[in-house]
Amino acid sequence: MNAPAYNFAYLDEQTKRMIRRAILKAIAIPGYQVPFASREMPMPYGWGTGGVQVTAAILGPQDVLKVIDQGSDDTTNAISIRKFFAKTAGVATTTATDEATVIQTRHRIPETALHASQVLVYQVPIPEPLRFLEPRETETRRMHALAEYGLMHVKLYEDIARFGHIATAYAYPVKVNARYVMDPSPTPKFDNPKMDNCPALQLFGAGREKRIYAIPPYTQVVSLDFEDHPFEPYRFNAPCALCGAENSYLDEIVTDDKGGRMFVCSDTDYCEGRQAAGHHGSLSAAPYKEKAHG
Amino acid sequence: MTTIAELPPGFADKVLSAQSTFRSVMDAMARPGLVQRIVPMAGAPGPMMRGTAAIALTLFDHDTPLWLDAQMAESSDVLKWLKFHTGAPVVQDSSIAAFALISDGGALPPLERFALGSSEYPDRSTTVIVQVDGLSSGRAFELRGPGIDGVATLQASIKPFDLFERLRMNEALFPRGIDVVLVADDAVVAIPRTTRVVSKGS
Repeated sequence: MNAPAYNFAYLDEQTKRMIRRAILKAIAIPGYQVPFASREMPMPYGWGTGGVQVTAAILGPQDVLKVIDQGSDDTTNAISIRKFFAKTAGVATTTATDEATVIQTRHRIPETALHASQVLVYQVPIPEPLRFLEPRETETRRMHALAEYGLMHVKLYEDIARFGHIATAYAYPVKVNARYVMDPSPTPKFDNPKMDNCPALQLFGAGREKRIYAIPPYTQVVSLDFEDHPFEPYRFNAPCALCGAENSYLDEIVTDDKGGRMFVCSDTDYCEGRQAAGHHGSLSAAPYKEKAHG
Repeated sequence: MTTIAELPPGFADKVLSAQSTFRSVMDAMARPGLVQRIVPMAGAPGPMMRGTAAIALTLFDHDTPLWLDAQMAESSDVLKWLKFHTGAPVVQDSSIAAFALISDGGALPPLERFALGSSEYPDRSTTVIVQVDGLSSGRAFELRGPGIDGVATLQASIKPFDLFERLRMNEALFPRGIDVVLVADDAVVAIPRTTRVVSKGS
């Protein structure tokens, strides 16, 4: 028997049907976490098993898949998931945000604006935004049922009382379609505004916690805040050292043990695209430096 | 008596056809009012349209109790086809159905009789699939809500004529509610519970 031992896109059809039904309900109730019978995947929890199952349920042979991990197409997690679907579904893969029809992401939203024919699939570790405030599922479920989100505002207020500002920097809670408070997965709060009124469909999969949720296109997504402490996206105050971008989300990279550091775009495709278009920063790669020094 | 050999066939390629059909339905649900096409062909028994048949093959199985309207339930071809191809149990109690198939919209029962979900689990609600005369011409409906960039205009010949008035109960019930999928031949439009009709002309 040399026949492949797995189905197209790895999951069996019954599992795909179950996930597909959950996705439809998730889209119909924006921000609500739909329970689903998450399967064991050939990778450990924490490596994106939720996102992988959602991607497997929607992916078709005509799709072009991009996978990013913290904005990067080149890390182990991104490469292994991309290879996984190239092998099990035979889909074309890309690193260019523009060309992708399905983008699976861990903890970032691409800098390039998404368009209507794309689906963004998030890998989610803890889907319940209230979980660290209230550990009981029965209680958080009731809080969502009653739209009782005072506890979350108390948490943000305590941030202000303690630090003088809302110190939550990632997984910053949002309210979807003026009803459900939702965890945007651990994306930096810099990315929160991109979720609002986005032309692309956004799907969220949490494998270990067995939840799927969604934001339909053109849906209002508001970051929670206070009138006197409005939501502010955070970004290091520096241009990218490689492409000079002043409006992208930056990673801080320590370069030596004497306090040396550089700031570079976390979105590698965006940064490479800008460099290819002739933009450069203070620490651009050698060919540029050689040219500059004659 | 119909034998299995005489039943209309399922998908020729059940994996890729189900995927393609699902993407059409997913896009329909994500962009209410926009007409999506279902490409893969399958046989359609009795009063069932080919779009409905494709959706059934894509989403129904032993985990999804089905409720059929009288016209569907009276067709032994439909019952046998569903049983053979999907294995989904047909139930008499519409309030426990995961999906409802309506071929005669004029006889659509009051929507409160379907599962509306609970406040804790609003997803445990019936998806009502209604076969309609047309999704390209007829009365104009202006829709607003998540998935719609401003306003979407849907032109449709729908029975029951007051479907959108009836669906206004979704407004008060939210997050509980009924999600509707309209099918006309190979065309499909979804009206999830978040969609609001703002005005309509003739």
